[in-house]
Amino acid sequence: MNIPVEYYLWLSLALFCIGVLGVLYRRNAIIIFMCIELMLNAVNVLLVAFSTYLNDVDGQVFVFFIMAVAAAEVAVGLAILIMMYRNTRTTDIDILNRLKW
Amino acid sequence: MVVFSKSPVHSVLYLIITFFCIGGHYVLLNAQFLAVVHIIVYAGAIMVLFLYVLMLLNLNRESEPHKSTVMKVAAVICGGLIMVLLVGSLRGTEQMMITQSTDIGMVKTLGKVMFTDFLLPFEITSILLLAAMVGAVMIGKK
Repeated sequence: MNIPVEYYLWLSLALFCIGVLGVLYRRNAIIIFMCIELMLNAVNVLLVAFSTYLNDVDGQVFVFFIMAVAAAEVAVGLAILIMMYRNTRTTDIDILNRLKW
Repeated sequence: MVVFSKSPVHSVLYLIITFFCIGGHYVLLNAQFLAVVHIIVYAGAIMVLFLYVLMLLNLNRESEPHKSTVMKVAAVICGGLIMVLLVGSLRGTEQMMITQSTDIGMVKTLGKVMFTDFLLPFEITSILLLAAMVGAVMIGKK
């Protein structure tokens, strides 16, 4: 089984660009969180691909740590979102602009 | 589909499908441990959390906010430009075909490395998760 590593490069590039597009395109804060997850996963795929092709374990350990950090980030972020929803009754990021100035 | 579906619940379901596909790619890359952890953490924990929050906030298609057309076009153009930039910078990569060994992604090798070379980051990760848990509970409390 020999898949060229560039294919994984293009796959993770496409995933990352979809994530960036989603962050720019949508206004719902929850979907923006999901797109951030998508970008993190694009990086994870690339790390696993390179660590497999270079026969190096460190990449996979890094992916494990990235997953832990992503889980923590999602927990705290969703808690903040629920808090904001309680105060403003919306998850629209154009209304949640009180930190702007 | 995650980006363009109108209902947030459909977005979450498409994202779960995407995560299962990524898990399949991990299996293909001989990273069995990471594949299992990925499925458990993402499909099992994070997406359930997202679904819970969506149900809790009762968001649906009608209440979904939308940007103006100009902003959407600008977003698509910016995303496309980033894609063009990355494609252009990665076009000159050379072929790298190394035959894979089979034991790199197994629990045994990965655990050995994780508990010898990466012992301190591993413990710090546990503290981070504890801090995130306490923080989420504190924020979510009234």
